[in-house]
Amino acid sequence: MDNTLIEDKKQKLYGLLAKFDTPEALVAATRRVYEAGYRKFDAYSPYPVEGLQQAMHLRSSPMPFIVLAGAIIGGVSGFGMQAFATVIDYPQNIGGRPLFSWPAYIPITFELIILLGAFAGVAGLFFFTRFPQPYHPVFNSADFNAHASQDSFYLGIEADDPQFQLERTQRLMEQLGSVQVSEIEA
Amino acid sequence: MEILEQTPIIEPGHTSLSVTSAIADVPLTPIRRTPVGWIAGLLLAFAIMMALLYAVGALFIEGIGVWGVNAPVGWAFAIVNFVWWIGIGHAGTLISAILLLLRQDWRTSINRFAEAMTLFAVANAALFPILHLGRPWLFFYLMPYPNSMGLWPQFRSPLVWDVFAITTYALVSLLFWYMGLVPDLATMRDRAKNIWAKRIYALASLGWRGSARHWSHYLSLYLLMAALATPLVISVHSIVGMDFAYGLVPGWHSTIFPPYFVAGAVFSGFAMVLTLLIPLRAAFHWKDFITARHLENMAKVMLSMGLVVAYGYLMEIFNAFYSGDIFERANTLDRFTGFYSPLFWGLIAANVVIPQLLWFKGVRRNVLVLFVISLIVNVGMWLERFVIIVQSLSKDFLPSSWHIYLPTIYDILTYVGTLGLFLTLLFLFLRVLPAISIFEMRELVHETGHHNAVAVENATDGKAQVYPAKPTKKEADTAKGGR
Repeated sequence: MDNTLIEDKKQKLYGLLAKFDTPEALVAATRRVYEAGYRKFDAYSPYPVEGLQQAMHLRSSPMPFIVLAGAIIGGVSGFGMQAFATVIDYPQNIGGRPLFSWPAYIPITFELIILLGAFAGVAGLFFFTRFPQPYHPVFNSADFNAHASQDSFYLGIEADDPQFQLERTQRLMEQLGSVQVSEIEA
Repeated sequence: MEILEQTPIIEPGHTSLSVTSAIADVPLTPIRRTPVGWIAGLLLAFAIMMALLYAVGALFIEGIGVWGVNAPVGWAFAIVNFVWWIGIGHAGTLISAILLLLRQDWRTSINRFAEAMTLFAVANAALFPILHLGRPWLFFYLMPYPNSMGLWPQFRSPLVWDVFAITTYALVSLLFWYMGLVPDLATMRDRAKNIWAKRIYALASLGWRGSARHWSHYLSLYLLMAALATPLVISVHSIVGMDFAYGLVPGWHSTIFPPYFVAGAVFSGFAMVLTLLIPLRAAFHWKDFITARHLENMAKVMLSMGLVVAYGYLMEIFNAFYSGDIFERANTLDRFTGFYSPLFWGLIAANVVIPQLLWFKGVRRNVLVLFVISLIVNVGMWLERFVIIVQSLSKDFLPSSWHIYLPTIYDILTYVGTLGLFLTLLFLFLRVLPAISIFEMRELVHETGHHNAVAVENATDGKAQVYPAKPTKKEADTAKGGR
């Protein structure tokens, strides 16, 4: 019985959240958390922080390839649609001018490159960030809600991380120059 | 960066929290404390918008005949307004995309507002060609869709290119603008006191929580969108220029049109940004964020674009005589001396002569004079489009078909009404959304902090290792009280 209670309690813990006052402190702390072997953690900041991506060893975003793919699909299908319409589906002989008048297709092809590139990019953003996602455990922290989107920086380590041990992780986070460490319920 | 130190792009002494509250608290003002000025402004704009409702209602009931258009002047106010509005939109994209790629810090405090202006201007612009269709309810014929008539749009026509260009421009601008808003909507969600405001902002913010993983994808996409929007904005007005250049009408058939239209668009767009921002920064006490330096920079862009436009005028006149084409030459002489010549000389004064005052620093620094010049340029660019479109059509090849176009009251009310629509949308935007990008301002505060930094540590690469000047009182307190 007791064991299951502890199990329950552990499952309810999402992780630990440390608060920092400056982006530099956040980057330094992130670096040390990574060196300590943690992998399931995330940093939260009210504006993009330089060096954070490197400190977390995140791979660079695949977004350029997504946008490129969308742009290629837009360009090929746009050009193809016009060629199909003017050469095959609805050919019109206007003073013997060539049916395949590709220079005239360029403006629409270009616009569709841009349009589908942008659509693919936004769809990719939604896919990678799993948006829209109105609920997330960090929102259970009142302090996070009051400051994360305005003036404070946070580092959250998830309880799922194999390295995670409540006391040990908490001690580590307190040594990182944080102003506050709190437990987050799942 | 050296020049920036002379006149700041943000007044010193600001922190993350102070910029956040200065910007976010404007839309979060409780309903009962809505400023009287805002209510009066919205009511006035809304009343003007009713002119549009009336004029469009009359148009739908009676048909195109209520306008002054008649052969050979088939294009008049509607197309003038279309080109004018779409041109105004271009400054927003230029500020948000091109200046982002060029790493111009000063764009930060004006990009959100300029993008909103773009959207509302494009919305107005897109109305006009549809109203001009004759059977506006069949506007979807312009799109390629599988239809029972087995027809396709004419893909070789610049008018169909325009449909694609404007649609793409409106959608990409909307996505870019909304994307830029998401982190700020999260801030609004966290600051909102009213439960319904909180819920609506929470929905719109998509659950943004500032995660580093999200920022990495977000910033990557933001730059890519800017890179897509940059050629897009140039293509849009080039295609608008081609609408005319492809026609054989003297005064239209000219290869200079696409670049010259783009320059004119940016010119009038910056004029409109100045016209709107100068009163707004006073009304909302944003002089710390939109400083004299912003106004001066915009004035400089306006001056340089004005010179490109002046070059366009000059080359048009030169080519008319150099080409030896008697129709082109007669058309140009008619611009100088004909029925519409007062408008022509008016546009030369407004777009070429008066902007030369901007060479003087004293003029660029005088807010009132700058405001007046920006208004004059707005009017001048409208006249330019009117002269290009109407004057050219009114004197075409056969003297027997020459015809003087004069607008009817419905032409004028439609135009004035779109000004009301534009202002209504702007007032609503200012009431519910942050008009300055808050997260980019925080970043700017952090980056400029190192100019005042007490001790600059490891400043080898400029930004990365720098501490802000002084922590706020609150930050210092929490640091002391922390575990």
